[in-house]
Amino acid sequence: MADATRTDPDMSIGLPDAPAVPHVPPAAPEPEPPVTLIAPRSGLAVLDFRELWRYRELLAFLAWRDIKIRYKQTAFGLLWAVAQPLATMAVFTLFLGKAAGVTAGIEHYPLYVLAGMTAWVFFSNVVLAAGNSVVANERLVTKVYFPRLIIPLSTVGVGLFDLVVASGLLAVTAACYGVWPGWSVLLLPAVVVLLAVAASGVGVLLSALIVAQRDFRFVLTFGVQLWMFATPTLYMTPAALGPVAQSWLPLNPAYGLVAAFRAAALGGPVDWYSFAVSAAVAVGLAVVGLWYFRRVERSFADTI
Amino acid sequence: MKPAIRVEGLGKRYRLGSARSDNNLTEALRAAARRAVRRAPAAKPAEFWALDDVSFDVQPGEIVGVIGRNGAGKSTLLKVLSRIVEPTAGRAELRGRLGSLLEVGTGFHPELSGRENVYLNGSVLGMTRREIARKFDEIVAFSEVEAFLDTPVKRYSSGMYVRLAFAVAAHLEPEILVVDEVLAVGDQQFQDKCIGAMKSVSRGGRTVLFVSHSMTTVQALCSRAIVLAGGKVTLDGTPAAAVREYLKQADGLAAEWRDDRQFDPSKDIMIRAARVRSSDGAAAAQLAADKPFDLEIGYEVFRPTTAQVAFRLNRDDGLTVLTTGDGDARGVFCRPQAVGRHLARVRVPGHLLAPGRYHLLVAANRFGVGAVDVVDPVLHFQIDATGSLQTIEGRLGVVLPLLDWTTGPAGGEW
Repeated sequence: MADATRTDPDMSIGLPDAPAVPHVPPAAPEPEPPVTLIAPRSGLAVLDFRELWRYRELLAFLAWRDIKIRYKQTAFGLLWAVAQPLATMAVFTLFLGKAAGVTAGIEHYPLYVLAGMTAWVFFSNVVLAAGNSVVANERLVTKVYFPRLIIPLSTVGVGLFDLVVASGLLAVTAACYGVWPGWSVLLLPAVVVLLAVAASGVGVLLSALIVAQRDFRFVLTFGVQLWMFATPTLYMTPAALGPVAQSWLPLNPAYGLVAAFRAAALGGPVDWYSFAVSAAVAVGLAVVGLWYFRRVERSFADTI
Repeated sequence: MKPAIRVEGLGKRYRLGSARSDNNLTEALRAAARRAVRRAPAAKPAEFWALDDVSFDVQPGEIVGVIGRNGAGKSTLLKVLSRIVEPTAGRAELRGRLGSLLEVGTGFHPELSGRENVYLNGSVLGMTRREIARKFDEIVAFSEVEAFLDTPVKRYSSGMYVRLAFAVAAHLEPEILVVDEVLAVGDQQFQDKCIGAMKSVSRGGRTVLFVSHSMTTVQALCSRAIVLAGGKVTLDGTPAAAVREYLKQADGLAAEWRDDRQFDPSKDIMIRAARVRSSDGAAAAQLAADKPFDLEIGYEVFRPTTAQVAFRLNRDDGLTVLTTGDGDARGVFCRPQAVGRHLARVRVPGHLLAPGRYHLLVAANRFGVGAVDVVDPVLHFQIDATGSLQTIEGRLGVVLPLLDWTTGPAGGEW
């Protein structure tokens, strides 16, 4: 009947033939396709490592994407990776370099600051990037499924990339001062991993908080700024802080880990106490961050 | 055979209202302060069920369409099945990998080149890097943007962007494919390509769940359709039945009107009722473009007079499409009217009006006097795109009549 032909687009008048269609091979016969169950989730949200492993390629792709975007269309490219530690080193040296109380016992103050800042910049940039990552990737969160943890975790990629570049500068600067690392350089990978763990823990926690309450963005921004001042080992010799401060400051994970990074990179003595305490706090923060994130991630697409 | 998708009693509830502090701490504090100052009791948060006890099965190889008004819950259903949003109640079981196309170009970044975005988008949709590399040439060929593969996507025209994005999505090979009106973008040629791609997916034994507003596409593509309204399944059957059910659901439309005005003794004749009936006789506010419909006007004559009843058919944006009076066919303007209640009926042919929303201005005119009683606006109905010449060929026109053409050899005529 005339009506039937009207509603069938294949019979349209005046249109060119539909172009070649991609050949989709029929589904390979499987004994039992993977079954997914969708239901309201309740109770303790356990970290699903298998699922995270299955999506490892996406994690890599997101990290790769961030790195690529960073340096596209920039004239100075990689120089920006070293700009932060270098600039801070210059400022601190200028203003605090002559203050005897601050620099007592430090052989080469600029190098001291540069080493500490290299680690600090890595930590703080990951915290900031991870904290803002979920909201920044709103489109992905509302349109596709993958374990949401992948988003903040992928920001560690860019941080590591910048760290490698900045470490190159650090090595060159150290060589200029005639400072060579000792056996303690073996500790570097462990310190970097712990820094990443601490930063992602905080970042993951904040990313979840920011989705629910946008105001936490501001907490994040000046929190990180204040945090730098709460890590005096960056610009001050620990001796100047006094024994009492030295006992509880390592509760700030950046404190002990930055000191350890510097000791490992420049070959100085390692403060095992602050390293151990900071490492423990780092792991604790990561656990809290992951727990909270998993608890609220099911409502991300609803509230974002 | 076990169903590819099994949905049982699925429900999704949202809480709304000012009592729910949204994403803003300052807003929440302000609201709390307001409540404290006014001593008003905290308003119970309003809630609404975007999905309410939805159940259905989909067998492997079926293409099932999901239709419904805006806000009926279609997109929410897809989001729950795609695990983007968690259900509040019920459960669903999926047998096989699920690929969801809720948007074209998810993950695309404007600074990256087309090539880079193909890999990124493919990974976001769930393909492995090896899979993308294997299908890369096919994807590029399908998208027809070969020459621009290495330029940043922000320089692409919107057509190129959509073609590339869809090309990646078209090469997803999940066992279950869930699609949300992505075909609404792009020109007719592109839409045909998309329909062809979906058809071949189904022929391969894969299952497709397809949400659309286009009744034509649903009828052409789907073997089965589900109608959602207010979060509930109102019909699960053949596409033709589903389209009919969808057309019946009103939305701010009115198919009938009864006069509730005060009796005015100065008027000899008054309009009392109006109704629009679809071709199957029932009062309906949603009408198909290709079927005739009837307009009925009930009027009452109190004193013998010479008058006519007429109406203007107005499009909702104000355009008057046509004016017609009850004496037109006899070449008469007004005629003698007997006292009593009368019903005037006029048939508007199918394939005349363009899809859109219309209302009437009805008037009773007396000879030598002019309009005596006017009701405006009255009735509010919609001509749906189903069967209209507009959807099939993208035609323009205030009216879209089906006219008879005859063609023959010129024979010296010109």
